[in-house]
Amino acid sequence: MPIIKVDNVTKQYSNGNIEFLALKGVSFEIEKGEFVAIMGPSGSGKSTLMHILGALDVPSTGSYVLDGKDVSTMNERELADVRREKIGYVFQSFNLLPRTTVLRNVMLPLMYCGVPHDERQSLAEKALTAAGMDSVHYLHNTNQISGGQMQRVAIARALVNNPSLILADEPTGNLDTKTGNFVMGTFQQLNTQGHTIILITHEREVAEHAKRILVIRDGQIVKEETDHTHRVQSHLDAQPS
Amino acid sequence: MTIRDLFEETYISLSSNKVRSALTMLGIVIGIASVIAMVAIGQGAQGNIEASIQSAGANLLTVIPGAQRGVGQQVSAGRGSAQTLTIGDADAITSGVTDVKAVSPEVSRRYQVTTKGKNTNTSVIGAVADYIVAHNIEMENGSFISETDTKNLGRVAILGSTTRDDLFGEGTSPIGETIRVNNMQFRIIGIAKAKGGSGFNNPDDAIYVPLTTAQKLLTGNQTVSTISVAAVSQQTMTSVQDQMTVVLLERHKISDPQAADFSVINQADIVAAASSVTGTLTALLASIAGISLLVGGIGIMNMMLTTVTERTREIGLRKAIGAHREDVSRQFLMESVSLTFIGGLIGVVLGVTIAWGIGHFAGYASKVTLTSVLLAFGVSAGIGIVFGYYPATRAAKLNPIDALRYE
Repeated sequence: MPIIKVDNVTKQYSNGNIEFLALKGVSFEIEKGEFVAIMGPSGSGKSTLMHILGALDVPSTGSYVLDGKDVSTMNERELADVRREKIGYVFQSFNLLPRTTVLRNVMLPLMYCGVPHDERQSLAEKALTAAGMDSVHYLHNTNQISGGQMQRVAIARALVNNPSLILADEPTGNLDTKTGNFVMGTFQQLNTQGHTIILITHEREVAEHAKRILVIRDGQIVKEETDHTHRVQSHLDAQPS
Repeated sequence: MTIRDLFEETYISLSSNKVRSALTMLGIVIGIASVIAMVAIGQGAQGNIEASIQSAGANLLTVIPGAQRGVGQQVSAGRGSAQTLTIGDADAITSGVTDVKAVSPEVSRRYQVTTKGKNTNTSVIGAVADYIVAHNIEMENGSFISETDTKNLGRVAILGSTTRDDLFGEGTSPIGETIRVNNMQFRIIGIAKAKGGSGFNNPDDAIYVPLTTAQKLLTGNQTVSTISVAAVSQQTMTSVQDQMTVVLLERHKISDPQAADFSVINQADIVAAASSVTGTLTALLASIAGISLLVGGIGIMNMMLTTVTERTREIGLRKAIGAHREDVSRQFLMESVSLTFIGGLIGVVLGVTIAWGIGHFAGYASKVTLTSVLLAFGVSAGIGIVFGYYPATRAAKLNPIDALRYE
């Protein structure tokens, strides 16, 4: 049974009289343990899709089943519960709490999950180790560490409550190539440990770290590539930023 | 999110911006401190006034004659002008009314008083032995008028401390000396201790002589100007007043209480009237101070709104990782309540210090009451809730998608 089942999802935004269809019927399935990249240029609808996959928003029509639960009809409160239990986010701009220690940043989701105080630190340390973070930084404030380290902390934060799905939105967008590759290596490693990862990006180079690439354009999945099919350079690829 | 999490989050966020937190708190500190200090001054003034009224004698009821009215005439003279009260009335009260501690019939009139080379104009009070009980008079030297003095029409006098100062000089003890009142000699047998009153009825500026002597030699008639009655306690004052009225109406053979030829003044009524004046004063002072508290509260709201805007992305992140609306609103509410609570605490300490300082250095009476402290505390916490509510709700309502994108 797939961990994610997206069936004919559309998303319509209306701004006054102007109506805009950001997603025009998207369908795909993702199995547990997969590493999938959703790739597309800006304006392709990939952010909208990410919001829906991340339970930050609900589709206008169609259904989205995550880990056996239909998310598409949930209210705000239920969505928040799905996010705290099933999803770990990694953002382009890290979004760590400033003036707060690395350890406390990672423990933040545990606070909302209701994990007892005495268990939080060991869980956070485990996640930081998995994200490849050196323990000397645990008590540093987040403004004292480098960008690459910040993204590792963010990854650890996404991992800490053992979510069904890790959702990474342009995780290398604010990093240089070398650090970016490092971070992508971390994701690959996590994937081999069994984590399901969805990567949102506009860069083919980044997307190629994944085992499967869904190419989205104008609100539709236009192409699907896997490791087995030979990857062909296509005119859909976005320009490097 | 447990209570401990809430406290930790609040501590982290307030301590990460110490200067701003302190400045915001300052508004509340000043507001609370001024409310407490102002109320303390008002309460102190009230206590002063009550004490000075009480100094005339505790639980005192005063009977004064009513208006003089001719038979069948509708026109009446001023209150107290009639001469209808006698020593007999006082005796009737003593025997016919329960819960009475002292009954003191008095006459009082101003005379020129002379001694060797000095003279003064002061009130000469004809008093009985109970006067000292009814009016809380303590003796500095010698003794007060005794029953024997009253019986024998003794020509003895007790000086108030101010009168003593005027006639013999401060700190002297002129017992055994003589003074002349209305050209009649009186021997001084005692000096009353200063009571510190002031104004028209200064108990220190007076000479006490036996009532009977005063009636015979000075006023020349058998009436008394007032009868002071001390009840045993504050609770019995009303009952004593009612009983007295009945006894006197009966003695004066008046059936209609409206037509009584005397009236009874209850000290409690005077205290109540004075208290209502000082109460208004206190309320005025407190409301002025309250305005600064309100301004402080608006300062809190201003800071919280700024904080919410500044931390939009953080709020977005918190919601993205699963914070519910109430998790977010509780956190911001807790921050504003903590600010006002700590500010209130400091304000109480400061206010009590200011009140003490005013009492100690400027000499104004001030009285900090537990009620004003608790009220100020409650109000400051309430201000945190009221002025923190809007920013907290605004934070909680943020859409995580927009909040995460906010620059």
